[in-house]
Amino acid sequence: MNVILIAVIVLGGIGLVAALILFLAGKKFAVHEDERIGKVAEVLPGANCGGCGFPGCSGFAGACVKAADKGSLEGLLCPVGGQPVMEQVAGILGMQAEASAPKVAVVRCNGTCESRPRIAEFDGARSCRVQQMLGSGETACAYGCLGCGDCVAACKFDAIHMNPETGLPEVDEEKCTACGACAKACPRSIIEIRLKGLKNRRVVVLCNNKDKGAVTRKACAVGCIACQKCVKVCKFEAITVDANLAYIDAEKCKLCRKCEEECPQNAILAINFPPRKPKAEAPAAPAAPKAEAPVAPKAPAEQPATPSTATPAQS
Amino acid sequence: MKPIISLSPHVHGGDSVQKNMYGVCIALVPALLASLYFFGLGSAIVMATSVAACVLFEWAITRFILRRDRLTICDGSAVLTGLLLGFNLPSNLPIWIIIIGALVAIGIGKMTFGGLGCNPFNPALVGRVFLLISFPVQMTTWPVSGQMGYVDVETGATPLAIMKNAIKAGDASLLNELPSSLDMLLGQTGGSLGEVSALCLLIGCLFMLWRKIITWHIPVSILATVWLLAGLFHLIDPSYADPTQVILSGGLMLGACFMATDYVTSPMTAKGQIIYGVAIGVLTVLIRDFGAYPEGMSFAILIMNGFTPLINTYVKPKRFGETKKS
Amino acid sequence: MKTFKIGGVHPAENKLSAASPIRVAAIPKQAVFSMFQHIGAPAVPVVKKGDVVKVGTLLGEAGKGLSVPVFSSVSGTVNKVDAVLDSSGTRRMAVIVDVEGDEWEESIDRSDKLVTMKDLGGITAEEVVNRIKAAGIVGMGGATFPTGIKLMPPPGTKAEAIIVNAVECEPYLTADHRLMLEKPEQILVGVQLIKHAVNCPKAYIGIEMNKPDAIKLLTDLLKEKATQYPGIEVVPLKVKYPQGGEKQLIDAVIGRQVPAPPALPINVGAIVQNVGTVYAIYEAVTKRKPLIDRVITVTGKSVAQPSNFLARIGTPMQQLIDEAGGLPSDTGKIIGGGPMMGRALMSLDVPVTKGSSGLLLMTEAESRRGEVNPCIRCAKCVSACPMGLEPYLLASYTRLKDWDGCEKNDVTSCIECGSCAFTCPSNRPLLDNIRVAKQTVMGIIKSRHMESISKK
Repeated sequence: MNVILIAVIVLGGIGLVAALILFLAGKKFAVHEDERIGKVAEVLPGANCGGCGFPGCSGFAGACVKAADKGSLEGLLCPVGGQPVMEQVAGILGMQAEASAPKVAVVRCNGTCESRPRIAEFDGARSCRVQQMLGSGETACAYGCLGCGDCVAACKFDAIHMNPETGLPEVDEEKCTACGACAKACPRSIIEIRLKGLKNRRVVVLCNNKDKGAVTRKACAVGCIACQKCVKVCKFEAITVDANLAYIDAEKCKLCRKCEEECPQNAILAINFPPRKPKAEAPAAPAAPKAEAPVAPKAPAEQPATPSTATPAQS
Repeated sequence: MKPIISLSPHVHGGDSVQKNMYGVCIALVPALLASLYFFGLGSAIVMATSVAACVLFEWAITRFILRRDRLTICDGSAVLTGLLLGFNLPSNLPIWIIIIGALVAIGIGKMTFGGLGCNPFNPALVGRVFLLISFPVQMTTWPVSGQMGYVDVETGATPLAIMKNAIKAGDASLLNELPSSLDMLLGQTGGSLGEVSALCLLIGCLFMLWRKIITWHIPVSILATVWLLAGLFHLIDPSYADPTQVILSGGLMLGACFMATDYVTSPMTAKGQIIYGVAIGVLTVLIRDFGAYPEGMSFAILIMNGFTPLINTYVKPKRFGETKKS
Repeated sequence: MKTFKIGGVHPAENKLSAASPIRVAAIPKQAVFSMFQHIGAPAVPVVKKGDVVKVGTLLGEAGKGLSVPVFSSVSGTVNKVDAVLDSSGTRRMAVIVDVEGDEWEESIDRSDKLVTMKDLGGITAEEVVNRIKAAGIVGMGGATFPTGIKLMPPPGTKAEAIIVNAVECEPYLTADHRLMLEKPEQILVGVQLIKHAVNCPKAYIGIEMNKPDAIKLLTDLLKEKATQYPGIEVVPLKVKYPQGGEKQLIDAVIGRQVPAPPALPINVGAIVQNVGTVYAIYEAVTKRKPLIDRVITVTGKSVAQPSNFLARIGTPMQQLIDEAGGLPSDTGKIIGGGPMMGRALMSLDVPVTKGSSGLLLMTEAESRRGEVNPCIRCAKCVSACPMGLEPYLLASYTRLKDWDGCEKNDVTSCIECGSCAFTCPSNRPLLDNIRVAKQTVMGIIKSRHMESISKK
């Protein structure tokens, strides 16, 4: 009995003393934080991806609160949560959310194993950055995808995967939050965070090669050779050619797909469009648009692209 | 021709994990032969069970629990763990206890942390200490050396027990029961399989030093520390045993040469290794002289294994061109 | 025996071509002169398509800042000025010359006669440095740092020892070894010129013990003509890689350690020059010959005749291999330079540049790396690192993208010698990862520096 009593007293005493110390320390070292920060952080995704440009979600929450005190949330965007989350944040802070269009990561290289022959074999740490130090890498293209998956490793949302058949990464648009981690990880800056576009439809130059046309043509069958044909055909002045590479401005592009037909190298690709009616031989599966790409534009290009242009124009 | 491209260096020294692991196994051969000579059948049974069980558990765990395609039993680390565990057991230990020891060593000591290279504690010692605490009677009744049987062997006091008794009684005359230093060097004493012949272990250690499998820092710092500290105690009070006999007794030589030098659990820098060795030496002597157990080597090594990450963080090699911070 | 104090490894030497005298390689049909043959800003082409050039004609003048000019090593017509694939594996600006005949600029003295310091009369130090700069000389051991810049110690520093790097610690390579055996006196005159240029009384020639003939030849020569070549000493060194690293060599020869970057060798009073560079300096100053050719070792276990060539800069590698007995069918890897620090080439179309010390062909079986195993923390990389770094730690920080940790553990001190990966029993690509970390951390440091400047 005595033993039990002593044990209870001793342990209880230790517990009391410890509780007292904790209580005092909690009072003494308490940090007063704006409670709105906690509230904002709660509605944020909590992935701490850094896509917003701040160190983690709580950093972003702090920045939002600070910006709200100054009167505007301009320039602040959680790319993961997108517009809905920003509206929630704005609600908490009693502000109006800035409108922003959803974005998605786009891999601007279509140099599959067939179209871009391997001229060397890489042996070493499986990392694009390591291979990048060896010049043009396994292929003759010094700008194309290196295929070691640094972007895959960087993605925190399981939204980008290597396709073993093409040797290229593919973005899962459902999961992609446009946080930009993959774009930062790519040593060749192939991945672009691009406007998602109406109905997720985009027309993109899937090439990053800034070499002269002849050199590009040798390295890759679907490389941009800067022939300017797309620039001439575009009515909206959305396409520019800079440093031997065409670029389509997503803001100006009206998704007419004329350039896609015009491109002699099939370097321009329209993603997530319904199949063109006259060409029934290649039904475009939205999940794997790249695999279809080399086949589709071989069909006669005389057909006016009205059916497809009509759709985005209405919406 | 499709040339292979890679960053430099383009040549490799030819060293491999297998070479190192099997090198240590070869270094253990003299001690293994000595244990066979002194304990006969018992030694063979204990050793074979321990090695087979360790390899089997490693295979089963990688294959069925971790579901890895690449099996690692060929790299020699499981064989080595089995050998070292066997060296830490008495020659009359029942087989089922050995198997439990192997399961703890491989299963808990190594594979739970991710396998080779990830374990914070020496797996063989984890197994041994687990058995020592769980089965203290079986683990501390050592057959007298020179008996070839496995069961029904005569057991006797080991040098360590004699030393402990002398300290407890404070009576230096009890130390007269100790075998001579020469006998202890050759192995005419009782103890676990690897505790008998210090000479054979030393030969193995020299082999590893020659093959550059280990560096001198850990064994030398442990042995020197133990000798100096035990010598100090001996000078103050003669009921503490002679330092040379302290070094030759028990698992000290095995621990210093083979257990403490385990790559994965020892510090990375020469300076760190010396700190680690000295600390093991001090702890061993303290546990032996003042602790509850007669042997402190395995506890000392495990304790310092725990400190290895700390040593690695704070003890850095001398950088080239580094000048003393003023 | 002297050597550097920390780390080091012993790769198999494989000096297959040590006994074959330097052969003059044929003049190529078409020569390619990259404008990026040195560290720093590229040279700027001053010729255009159709221009007629001679041997020694200026093709590209030095760019802004750290740069050197590029000269033609052949005579003929400029075919084009365009980006071509060079040994870096990328396309960079180059001048391509179609060769016709072999006509030299008149200013170049083509005779073999030895010109001594006495013959040069009272040449001033400035004149020596100017001639070196005008000749476009860079470090020919492989680092290709502009030599002229190295010979102008920044204010507050003084050269106390010239160290000639004749170590050639890379396995296989024998170019420097043969050069010492065949042009010893020219090299000694070159050393005198460097001493004169930086006003330094003492020079050491560091040679590893695996070249006893070169050590003996130079020692005897210095004994014989002690009055003619004062203040030069041959220092035999214990064979250990990477003794040819600038910092390691200074440590080995004069026992001083260059502190971590941004400190330079001159901060401890040393100037290191490769033997090949010394010979080029001799030719530039005494013969007014710009850097248009160099000795290059073409070797490999399967190569029919491992050879040392005196090749014109711009010669395609393919031609040198043909002269050495053709490309073996089992070739797996083509390396520009030695096996420890050389670059794997993607094709043989790349030209010889100022920094090409060797061309090594490895068989398919030799070239593959072994299977990667988990790190067993054996600490062999730590004891092999000549800079006293912890490669295992840096590599794992890289995997974790902990660039702060990399910086705190001095990743920028790494000299990329490859001793860690060479010695790793688990075949881990340590240096691959450390390079990534070094590159990233350098970038971070640079941007931090820029930021602090812009704040001020």
